[in-house]
Amino acid sequence: MILDAKIPEGPIAEKWTRYKATIPLVNPANKRNIEIIVVGTGLAGASAAATLGEMGYKVKAFCFQDSPRRAHSIAAQGGINAAKNYSNDGDSVHRLFYDTIKGGDYRSREANVHRLAEVSTAIIDQCVAQGVPFAREYGGLLDNRSFGGVQVSRTFYAKGQTGQQLLLGAYSALSRQIGRKQVQIFSRHEMLDVVIIDGKARGIIARDLITGKLERHFGHAVVLATGGYGNVFFLSTNAMGSNTTAIWKAHKKGAFFGNPCFTQIHPTCIPVSGDHQSKLTLMSESLRNDGRIWVPKKKDDSRKAVDIPEEERDYYLERRYPAFGNLVPRDIASRAAKERCDAGYGVGSSKMAVYLDFSDSIRRLGKDVIEARYGNLFEIYEKITGEDPYTTPMRIYPAVHYTMGGLWVDYNLMTTIPGLYATGECNFSDHGANRLGASALMQGLADGYFVLPITIGEFLSKDIRTKAIPTDHPEFEKAEKEAQERIARLMSIKGSKPVDHFHKELGKVMWEYCGMARNAEGLQKAKKMVQDIRTSFWKEVIIPGSADETNQELEKALRVADFLELGELMIDDAFDRNESCGGHFREEYQTEDGEALRDDNNYAYVSAWEYKGDNQAEVLHKEPLVFENVKLVQRSYK
Amino acid sequence: MKITLKVWRQQNGKTPGNFNTYTLPDVSEDMSFLEMFDVLNDELIRKGEDPIAFDHDCREGICGMCSMYINGRAHGPLTGTTTCQLHMRHFNDGDTIVVEPWRASAFPIIKDLMVDRSAFDRVIQAGGFISVNTGNAVDANSIPIPKEDADKAFDAAACIGCGACVATCKNASAMLFVSAKVSQLALLPQGQPERHLRVKKMVEVMDEEGFGNCTNTGACEVECPKGISLDHIARMNRDYLVSNIVD
Ligand SMILES: Cc1cc2nc3c(=O)[nH]c(=O)nc-3n(C[C@H](O)[C@H](O)[C@H](O)COP(=O)(O)OP(=O)(O)OC[C@H]3O[C@@H](n4cnc5c(N)ncnc54)[C@H](O)[C@@H]3O)c2cc1C
Ligand code: SF4
Ligand code: FES
Repeated sequence: MILDAKIPEGPIAEKWTRYKATIPLVNPANKRNIEIIVVGTGLAGASAAATLGEMGYKVKAFCFQDSPRRAHSIAAQGGINAAKNYSNDGDSVHRLFYDTIKGGDYRSREANVHRLAEVSTAIIDQCVAQGVPFAREYGGLLDNRSFGGVQVSRTFYAKGQTGQQLLLGAYSALSRQIGRKQVQIFSRHEMLDVVIIDGKARGIIARDLITGKLERHFGHAVVLATGGYGNVFFLSTNAMGSNTTAIWKAHKKGAFFGNPCFTQIHPTCIPVSGDHQSKLTLMSESLRNDGRIWVPKKKDDSRKAVDIPEEERDYYLERRYPAFGNLVPRDIASRAAKERCDAGYGVGSSKMAVYLDFSDSIRRLGKDVIEARYGNLFEIYEKITGEDPYTTPMRIYPAVHYTMGGLWVDYNLMTTIPGLYATGECNFSDHGANRLGASALMQGLADGYFVLPITIGEFLSKDIRTKAIPTDHPEFEKAEKEAQERIARLMSIKGSKPVDHFHKELGKVMWEYCGMARNAEGLQKAKKMVQDIRTSFWKEVIIPGSADETNQELEKALRVADFLELGELMIDDAFDRNESCGGHFREEYQTEDGEALRDDNNYAYVSAWEYKGDNQAEVLHKEPLVFENVKLVQRSYK
Repeated sequence: MKITLKVWRQQNGKTPGNFNTYTLPDVSEDMSFLEMFDVLNDELIRKGEDPIAFDHDCREGICGMCSMYINGRAHGPLTGTTTCQLHMRHFNDGDTIVVEPWRASAFPIIKDLMVDRSAFDRVIQAGGFISVNTGNAVDANSIPIPKEDADKAFDAAACIGCGACVATCKNASAMLFVSAKVSQLALLPQGQPERHLRVKKMVEVMDEEGFGNCTNTGACEVECPKGISLDHIARMNRDYLVSNIVD
């Protein structure tokens, strides 16, 4: 199979406009007869479901939480980018495009990224119209802040709760369509498989998480907006329920998986406190606007932070990267923290932490200003650690945060299965090997409000005569039976170890060998280890209760079973990519001063993996990345 | 520390429930309340027993999913804190802690500590939005909004929809939750066109869903983890009256 990204012809700045003008449309009368399934109600899913409903399609939306408002987008803190140039600091669509390509270390597709930058401005307009209370200046106009990896202020925010406010905006739009009966909502439902009929995605199998019943749902097309798979590492900043099941099952049914190993490790998270730790909490990147990162100059310095005099502190980011200082991109900041801790300069009881210090800013701006900007983040920090960041610096350490990889999609956001789309974090598009801060919210909403509702017309316009397929079709039956059997198999193991045990084991291996730094030897070892954990999982896991009722352990088991397969693919992908780029740091490939060393001659491609069956090696396809509008250079933030 | 837990166990919405007692000999101060439940559940599962079902997702106080009634208080003893943000350092060695689900007829129990809060969604579906289709918006800065109003709207919008206000209210009233949304949109210029229709519709559905009346006790404000203020209820009441007059 040859990968066709379906990038429209023409100069980059005109592609989207021209494409929109020529794309086949579905007329309103026909839209009424077309059903679309949207799995996920985060920014990407809620915005898509709402917009498709407004357009007149019949939509079914699914989420596993008890309400669509609780999707993990709610937790995003810092902000959302848009090329509005309200700050009059020279920003433009081109600059946002360029920053995103560069920030992604030249591993994303130009045409998609440019479109993202183009529609970014309309997102802000839409959200304000919905009543999203962004931060404002005294003149009543919108305020901006800056984020890592850029030199302009283009980030819109609502205190440290930007994701919450944007999601509640999308949720309100979705709720309106639910009220109008354009969208039917299925909360506490988990998609377990996609149903493919005559080569096209035509529905899903979902489990009602209250009754345990399996359900069949038809759609002329299926949109997955199921978020990231960072929980493959067990500990991450993702919500407890975030999972890979939907996209993994789609992958096994023929959707190629793009760049699975590209993981973002966020530099500023609250460090692990003990074995009981269930998740990690992010401290927003926006804090790096006013916080300075340092470690003691002396190894194993056990003095309290406040007792270490200024000249004995090493502000290592400012030292190594004078041009961007504390605002270097995430991958660079994370590796620099790991480097210092590994070298013995870490702080705190575990020595696996660095300081993020606000004392200078508090002196310069006053406590009030800092409190207004970051008050809720300081509170979160204090609740978790019992320490007051106004008086003692925060201790932070990198943690898994975001997955750039995901289902491979073309320009239309369609996967390699016709009629199956992937939007938001669950696709691979736009962020290359490293995502810039405040760009995921932008991408989710761009996909859902402005891109997918248009591009899906290309597929659906050919389908206007297709009648709804009854769900007693043999393919529905088969998919349901498979899901049923998998559940029965899990329930019948009756071993001795809870699901979490295996999840933690997997997480440790992934973090150790496929985390912030990777090497060929370690990856090979890890592959075997993951296989072993998977084998013992299927022999020894225990799930109490039955499958015909609310059973949270079964939910977890189904998710972890998929993580155990995905983990191996991530390892394969990291092993294949003999270069370092963005968040993918292969120790064998680094510059003399420890920066990522790309190999553009051999690796300027998207890896797209094809599933070939249980226990068979996946096949790698390559989408070559062609850069016509930016010059590939060694990324420098010095 | 040693902690004794008395936890409400209920197989499903049809069966009656009761308290079960569990002793945890070795709870770390750094654990969160939910991590303590993880540890307990791990133990129960290893014994082949049914773990305690409870809702949670983000575990950082923003999704609104966690919902435990701890020692007679929604989300436990700390103000401005959700269950998932509560850490064991706020308890003492030897404590006995009683944990129940939210109790309100509009929030039926699903299992153990899980309840059905979909009534909240239906109230929002009735009118908790501004009717603007995608693509119909004007430039964001063409609607200047005084910072003070924007900040107030933000404070109202900070509601996480957890339902603690309902659980804590002796009448199981949802006024704090509903008024937060009504107020957010009433404070913004974009929300004006539908202002009166919105409040009417939302209140109508709120009543249909079986939430009780507000008798101004103010317990909701005290227990709300996001500090949503009673002022919003006052604002909503005014708008509601006006909406009836406008009718
Ligand atoms: C703590 C944190 C802070 C962040 N801060 C920022 C920020 O400041 N700026 C920024 O740009 N980005 C930020 N990000 C990243 C950003 O929030 C996410 O990438 C983005 O919100 C993902 O949105 P989504 O719609 O793709 O997925 P999600 O919001 O994760 O939604 C996934 C949806 O899919 C559903 N789902 C999943 N699996 C299934 C299944 N099998 N069956 C049924 N439903 C399913 C879920 O119920 C949910 O509704 C942050 C991320 C985290 C974790
Ligand atoms: S008003 Fe407060 S207590 Fe009530 S749902 Fe909102 S956040 Fe929870
Ligand atoms: S789990 Fe999300 S608020 Fe507690």
